[in-house]
Parts: sequence; structure tokens; C-alpha cells
Amino acid sequence: MSAGSGGAPAGSAPAGGRDRVLGAVRAAVRRDPAEAAVRRAEIEARIAAREVHVRPPVEGDLTARFAEKVALVASTFAPVKGVDRVSKAVADYLDEHGLGREIVVTTDPLVEQVRWSNEFAVARRAADPDDRVSVTGAFAGIAETGTLVFVSDRRTPTTLNFLPETHVAVLARDRLVPHLEDVWERLRDERADSPRTVNFITGPSRTGDIELQLEIGAHGPRRLHVLLVDV
Amino acid sequence: MIPESHRFPDRAGLALADEGLRLALDRARQGFIGNRRKAVDALPEFPALREAARRIKDHTLSNLDLYLERFESQVTASGGQVHWAADAPAARARIIDICREAGARTVTKGKSMVGEEVALNEALEEAGLEVVETDLGEYIIQLADETPSHIVAPAIHKTREEIRDLFAKHHAPLGLGPPGLGNAELVARAREVLRRDFLRADVGITGANFLIAESGSTVIVTNEGNGDLSNTLPRVHIVIAGIEKVLPGYEDLCTVLRLLARSATGQEMSVYTTVSTGPRRSADLDGPEEFHVVLVDNGRSGMLGGEFREMLRCIRCGACLNHCPVYHAVGGHAYGWVYTGPMGSVLTPLIVGLDRAHHLPNACTLNGRCEQVCPMSIPLPSMLRKLRARGFERGLGTRTSRLGLAMWGFLARRPALYRPVAGAAMGVMGWLGRRRGAFRRVPLAGGWTAVRDLPAPEGETFQRAWRRRGSGGR
Repeated sequence: MSAGSGGAPAGSAPAGGRDRVLGAVRAAVRRDPAEAAVRRAEIEARIAAREVHVRPPVEGDLTARFAEKVALVASTFAPVKGVDRVSKAVADYLDEHGLGREIVVTTDPLVEQVRWSNEFAVARRAADPDDRVSVTGAFAGIAETGTLVFVSDRRTPTTLNFLPETHVAVLARDRLVPHLEDVWERLRDERADSPRTVNFITGPSRTGDIELQLEIGAHGPRRLHVLLVDV
Repeated sequence: MIPESHRFPDRAGLALADEGLRLALDRARQGFIGNRRKAVDALPEFPALREAARRIKDHTLSNLDLYLERFESQVTASGGQVHWAADAPAARARIIDICREAGARTVTKGKSMVGEEVALNEALEEAGLEVVETDLGEYIIQLADETPSHIVAPAIHKTREEIRDLFAKHHAPLGLGPPGLGNAELVARAREVLRRDFLRADVGITGANFLIAESGSTVIVTNEGNGDLSNTLPRVHIVIAGIEKVLPGYEDLCTVLRLLARSATGQEMSVYTTVSTGPRRSADLDGPEEFHVVLVDNGRSGMLGGEFREMLRCIRCGACLNHCPVYHAVGGHAYGWVYTGPMGSVLTPLIVGLDRAHHLPNACTLNGRCEQVCPMSIPLPSMLRKLRARGFERGLGTRTSRLGLAMWGFLARRPALYRPVAGAAMGVMGWLGRRRGAFRRVPLAGGWTAVRDLPAPEGETFQRAWRRRGSGGR
């Protein structure tokens, strides 16, 4: 059998790695090569069908369920009545944690509508290592698990979701969906191309790697605050 | 790492005498089992999800050639590159080439079991690259120059005192004093030190929990966020993944995700599930300029074509380890390679060769809990039995154990002979042991009686007692 052992110095990759691997896989699936075209049509049809398998029911009020799940994963949650109140809601949250008014924000349509009060110093760019607070627009929220979804594009850089210690997510109430699958449906409907990155984020960063003790704030944000905005 | 699985008996003996390890394993077992139980009990659909996931994976594996081709064409269409590696040396060489072509000096790594399998770090370091593991557990064992002892929690065997000492030693050159002993202080220190590495790395290497044929995407599932920083900050992103990781589409991914975190840590969702497709788009403000996926066979096509195909359903959740009494007694390092517990006892012989790992399938009580908790319904105990049979056929194992098995096999196939021989043996042993009630030594079973006494039988075989009860009881 092939060895998975280490130690041997690396030479150059043998040519034909693709043919070797795919040839071995073709032999192993033991399907008639004459059927390949039919099988290919079958798998294309299966992918196109986007069949949903098993989903746990998400019943009742989506907002209540989402808020409950968000709290369970050590995030905080605040409903906001209108985009004109986001600036105040962010200021309140920053005060609560003794944080200043320097923020880096995304430029998606929702966050662009926010009129930041004069006390804020607002930057619109990807994250720098010294940034302390980001405010980013979420693509969706999932009531099933209290998960936020962010997609990368020129308005919503991914680093803002990871580098700052404090991450404030702004989610429009009409972007709250029951299940994971609903996010993909929306993405396919709303985006011509798939984004480089889709982040499903469920709470602040954590680790259990030291004596299996849960510790919040490993490499990503230590705090995740969700503003659910009526638009 | 060179497999040390042939030394399992010695290593297990050492592990059993290690009090610190005992404490760590107890803590792990309690935490993992209880958390999984709660999460599974809270989801009535869990059995239906399990069944759906098994069907998805079986379908994908029986069409793996086509799904891999489709995955490749989608990666290419989104601006990435796919590389194929038949074995571990090919995987190492390809990744070194990519790093060299990118002029890379520093690499940050997210946790990757297949990276451990092909011994990637050692090869990259020999090629002159600086490699930094960024998952906290992997970082700790990299500093200690050890292998993971658990596939989900690699440093589960380390105490906080040992971790503090490792940090003190390795961080001194950075001008940092010893950190405090608190959990928060240790985590904060690792965050501070590794942040510098993320920001200066040229290449980020991650594994993949899943590959999506629909879109050519790779998926990682983590809690710390280290994988995402490795994904996003360096200018080159390399994904290393086994060929079995592919799923047809996003809906299939959703189903398997509902099983993964619950089975691994008892979470409904891990904190970060990240789907990456190609390099950064032209207008994007961040993200890597290059996206490479290295698909590794290394024995997997052999499993696909033989009687161990179901092992390729494994999603590396660790539930079988957490529920295994043998793993709980000896810990991960006794297994002598990167995969441990029941899944490791199947995978290791299949990847490195049964002759180098024949003890592992025997280190099993066949209690069946691993199969009960496996979210992908992998029949681990029957696979371990098959590997035992293969080992016997190939003449592996000690002469005494082979002789004992051969004698027992000879008798067991001849019931007319078995009954009187067993009856006589039980009678004699019952008589011999009537005073002490136990034996200190038994021929051919010296290993067993070295650490415990064998209770003396009552003088009657089970079969005879059963017959007597059956006829007399009604």
C-alpha cells in the first residue's frame, strides 16, 4: 500500500497526477464507461433539482426564535426600529463596553443608509490590524440556529468580520430566513456569480483547546452584537 | 510523521501509567459525551438527517469520478486551480511547488487532518519555509513537536501548566515574558503571537470539511476563526483535501452540517462555516489572489473499490473516539499515527498498511458504541473484524495469539467436538479453582493474567446451563 509516512524529502510532482487519480477512481466506482454520458446527465439533473432533504421545523415568530438562538451562542441582540436609529444603537453598545467612536463599516445598501452622528469617525475599507470595531451589513440571518451570513464583494470585505475585536452586525428584518437552505436560494436569486467568500457566523470566536474549557475570543472577534433593523 | 502504530502495545502500556493523561481523558469523555447527547436529544430529526446524509454520501461516492470532474471544472471556471496527488509525496511536492512559484517564505495553516496525514509541515520546513499552525490546539502540539491526540481537540492531553511552559519557552525570543496560568491569559497570548503571523504570511493553507461540486467551493468549519484568517489575509490560499470530501450541492451540505457540529462538540452550528469559491474578485477589497485545491488520493481510491468504501463517508467529527472505551483508556498517542480511536483503527491500516498497524483493529472490545454514535452510520466494528481476519490470514500477530486463535477456530467449526472439549475444560478448571475462586496464571493467556486474575468457572459450560434452564424453566 502507499505510504502516508513523512520524512522523505520532496521531489517534483509526478506528471499525470490527474490521470492517475481519476483513473483509479473510475476503476474503483466500477461503472460501465459506456454509461458515463447518462450518469453525467443524471448528476447534472440532481444538482439542478436542488432537493432539500430533512429540515427541523422552525415554527412561530422568526424574530423571537432568532433572538433566542443568538443569545444561546453568547452573542448579544437588539431590535432597532428603523435605519435612522442605527447610529444611536451602535453608540449605546460602544458606551456599554467602554469603546470609542472609531468604526470601520461596510458600504452595502443598508449600512450606507445609516447617518452616523458627528461623534463617529467612520472609515469605509477592508480591515486594518489596529481596527477595534467593525459595523458590517449581513446578507441574511438564520432563525434555525441564530446564524448570520456575510458575503464578500467590493462593498463588504471579509476581513471586517474577523480582525476587529468587536463586530457589530446589521441585519434587515426582511433578510431573516427560517433555514440554512433559504440562504442559498437567495444567493442564487440575487447574485449572478457566487461570491469569493460566504461566511456563516454563529456567535463570537471561541476555543476549547485548553483543557476543554470554553474561552471566548480566540482569533476572531471577542464580541458579536446583532442589530435587527426594521426597514 | 512516521507511523508508530506497530508499537501500540508498548505505547498503550505507557499511557495507562500516565496519571495526567488519565485526568485529561476523563474530562474529555465527560464533556464530549454529555454535550453530544444533549444536542442530539434536542433534535427529533436527527435519525432522519443521518439517513439522508448516508444516502447523499453513498450516491456521491458511487459517482465520485464524475463529481470530482465537475468540482474541478467549477474551480477552474471561478479562477482557481485544481491539483491532483496520488500519494503523500506527490501532495507535499505539489504544495511546495505552489509556495515556491509564489515566492513564499511564511505559511500559516488552519487545522487539516489530511495535512497531518501527508506530513506536510515537515516537508515545507525542509523546503525552507516557515510554517505556523494557527488552530490553538495544533499550535500547542507544533510547539511541543507532537502529533494530534484527538482529531477535533489535538492538544487534549496537555495540561495548562505544560502549555504555559511551552509558551514561556517559545515566546521568549519574541521579547514576551511567561504568560499567566489562566485560560483567558493563555488564549490571549496565542492570539497576540499568531496575529503577527497571519499578517505577514504569504500563503495560507487550510483543509476542507467539504467540497461542493455544484460551485467548485471548499468549506471549512471552525470555532476559532483561524482558518478564516488563513483563508483571507495571505495572497495565496491553498486547500488540501481528500478526494472523498466532495458533496453534490449546497442543499446536501446543509444536511451534513446539521450532523457535524452536534456530533463533534454538541453545538448546533460551529461558530464559523466558511464557503470559499475561487480567488478574490477583481473589485474585492480583500481575499487571496490565488486559489489552489490539492486533491489527495493516498489510498482512498483503494477503499472506494473494495470492502471499505463506507469508511469514505467519515466526516471527521470525532464522536467514535469520544465514545470508545479503548481510546478513553489509552488516549490518542498510543495509536501511533494521526488518526486515532475507532476511525483511526480502520484508516491507519488501510493507508499505511496492515503489516505496520495490525494491532489497532485488535484494540477494540466490539461494544459497538462507535457505530451507534457515528452520524454517517459507518459500520466500524464490522470493518475492524474484517481487518482482524485479514491480519490473521497474512500471518500477523504473535505466535501465541495465532496458535490460540487457530486452536479455538478448529474447535468452533466442529460443534460435536467443541461441546465435550469445552465441557471437560470447564469441569477441570472449576475443580482446580474451587478453593481460590480465581487463577493467577493461565497457559497461553499470560498477557491477560499479568494484570488481573481470571475468575474460575463454576464447572459448567454456558451452552449446557442454557439448555438446562430452557427445558427446566417452563
